[in-house]
Amino acid sequence: MSKIDKTCRYAESHEWVRVDEEVAVIGISDYAQHALGNIVYVDLPEEGDEVEAGEEFGAVESVKAASDLYSPVSGTVIAVNTELEDKPELLNQDAFGTWIIKVAMSDPSEVDKLLDDEAYSKLCEE
Amino acid sequence: MKVYDKLIFELSRPGRKGYELPQNRFEKNALKDLPADLLRKEEPELPEVSELDVVRHFTNLSSKNFGVDTGFYPLGSCTMKYNPKINEEVAAMPEFTALHPLQPADSAQGALELYYNLQKALSNIAGLAEFTLNPYAGAHGELTGLMVMRQYHISRGDEKRRKVIVPDSAHGTNPASAMVAGLEVVEVKSKPNGSIDVEDLKPLLDENVAGIMMTNPNTLGMFETEIMEIAKLVHEAGGLLYYDGANLNPMLGKVRPGDMGFDIMHINLHKTFSTPHGGGGPGSGPVGVAAHLVDLLPNPRVKKDADGKFYVESGEKSLGSISSFLGNFGVMMKAYAYILSLGKENIKNVGPMATLNANYIKESLKDDYLLPIEGACKHEFVFDGLKDKSTGVTTLNVAKRLLDYGFHAPTIYFPLLFHESMMIEPTETESKETLDEFIEVMHKVAKEAKEDPEMVKSAPHTTLISHPDETTAAKKPILSYRQLKANS
Repeated sequence: MSKIDKTCRYAESHEWVRVDEEVAVIGISDYAQHALGNIVYVDLPEEGDEVEAGEEFGAVESVKAASDLYSPVSGTVIAVNTELEDKPELLNQDAFGTWIIKVAMSDPSEVDKLLDDEAYSKLCEE
Repeated sequence: MKVYDKLIFELSRPGRKGYELPQNRFEKNALKDLPADLLRKEEPELPEVSELDVVRHFTNLSSKNFGVDTGFYPLGSCTMKYNPKINEEVAAMPEFTALHPLQPADSAQGALELYYNLQKALSNIAGLAEFTLNPYAGAHGELTGLMVMRQYHISRGDEKRRKVIVPDSAHGTNPASAMVAGLEVVEVKSKPNGSIDVEDLKPLLDENVAGIMMTNPNTLGMFETEIMEIAKLVHEAGGLLYYDGANLNPMLGKVRPGDMGFDIMHINLHKTFSTPHGGGGPGSGPVGVAAHLVDLLPNPRVKKDADGKFYVESGEKSLGSISSFLGNFGVMMKAYAYILSLGKENIKNVGPMATLNANYIKESLKDDYLLPIEGACKHEFVFDGLKDKSTGVTTLNVAKRLLDYGFHAPTIYFPLLFHESMMIEPTETESKETLDEFIEVMHKVAKEAKEDPEMVKSAPHTTLISHPDETTAAKKPILSYRQLKANS
């Protein structure tokens, strides 16, 4: 069974968001890393890039498939976890402890539209 | 079996050779006019080996191959049908192999006639006006087809039409080809049964639509029953319909893309028309179009005059050239041999037999494997892994276990609509005995998964290599001998 982090909100496309005031910290869920299998490459955006809720901001490639990453919120990328360039396996090892980007949100109310841990857990069981 | 894993470079010994060349009478003059900066300073690093070394090396390597000639190869979406040996015999005829592409058309009438006749045969089979055989392979055909689509809108002065609609279940090459052709991709959702959601399509059809790309039957092997409605809607919006010929096999002799309303299509000769695949290729991806698009086809085209003489022509309205000369001619010869060997009557049995074989396997295995979409399929179908998920045995494990039984694995983890996809396509060339053997083994693997899941998870047990390190291979690939030497 994959883990669920109760401190996070979730997008249906399996990204998690942890909100720190106006900043959204974004990663992929344990369920996502498990479904992807061994991740071998992460395609990251650059600091300063604009992202929009529901639009792609990068991609993860595993031995099984390549999947786009979708931003759960809109705003500006203020930090990128460049450690993933050399160690994409961190996402497999600790999905909730490994963030991918941090976004300064332009509309923090978008977070309210995301799934809470219970709703997300139900989605994963389907 | 002995493990043979040498590179031919490792067999190399300085000065050893398996050939003898006549004395070079031009040694002094041959290089004299070449600029010094174009001359190489070092000898090329080529293996120096004897004829026996070469023969043993490649014979040993070939014994590691798995092909249609060795066993059942149910690789979904790839149509791994038998490649009849008469195709090879025909393609090896010196009357054709000794031709030069630059020789005058008068002296190559036979080759041009073959191109012309194959083009006509494909047009009849597809219900379209004309085919170009110039594209080198399936994806190249897709690109060429989309260039036709683009050229059509440009020729009408309607350049804003750049939007290509692609179903979310499409083969990955579809959106990729559209991007390479300079078009924009818009996704249309599919319904739970994999067919296009017409209601989701309607709002996408505006004045910017260039066209739609579809496979029919779709990626799940189901026939798009609303195709006539879709064709009407897209045409009314001013767009064109592109047919991806990847799944043409079950349609042979039953339905023609042209009659369904498609304007452009490509065919993979290495799928439907029995020429070898991939590394055993090369491939060929002919593109056919409806009558109103023939002048846009790539240059050159092969035509026939009133006296029955064949000639090569380049037209001004054409989108340009997409290949050197007339494409992969050898592949065309094999496909033409296949069509003539079957003949008009027998070719009509290809689609129905491919469909029957797929349904036979599907119905025989659905007790043990999860069938997400009920109902008759066409040439292939998708299971969502084992029905009993409690054992932890995945689709990958089942696929690897099949190798122990001498079968090639089906296509796995595609389409992405399900988590444990297993896509099975037997083709029409397999006997009932082979299908029964495969069904029995699949049942056996399902039973093994319940009784001894660890054994299935650690399969294959009988192959020379069991579990290659895919992660390291993807992250740190060694792609050349030079790299290997540097690494060791």
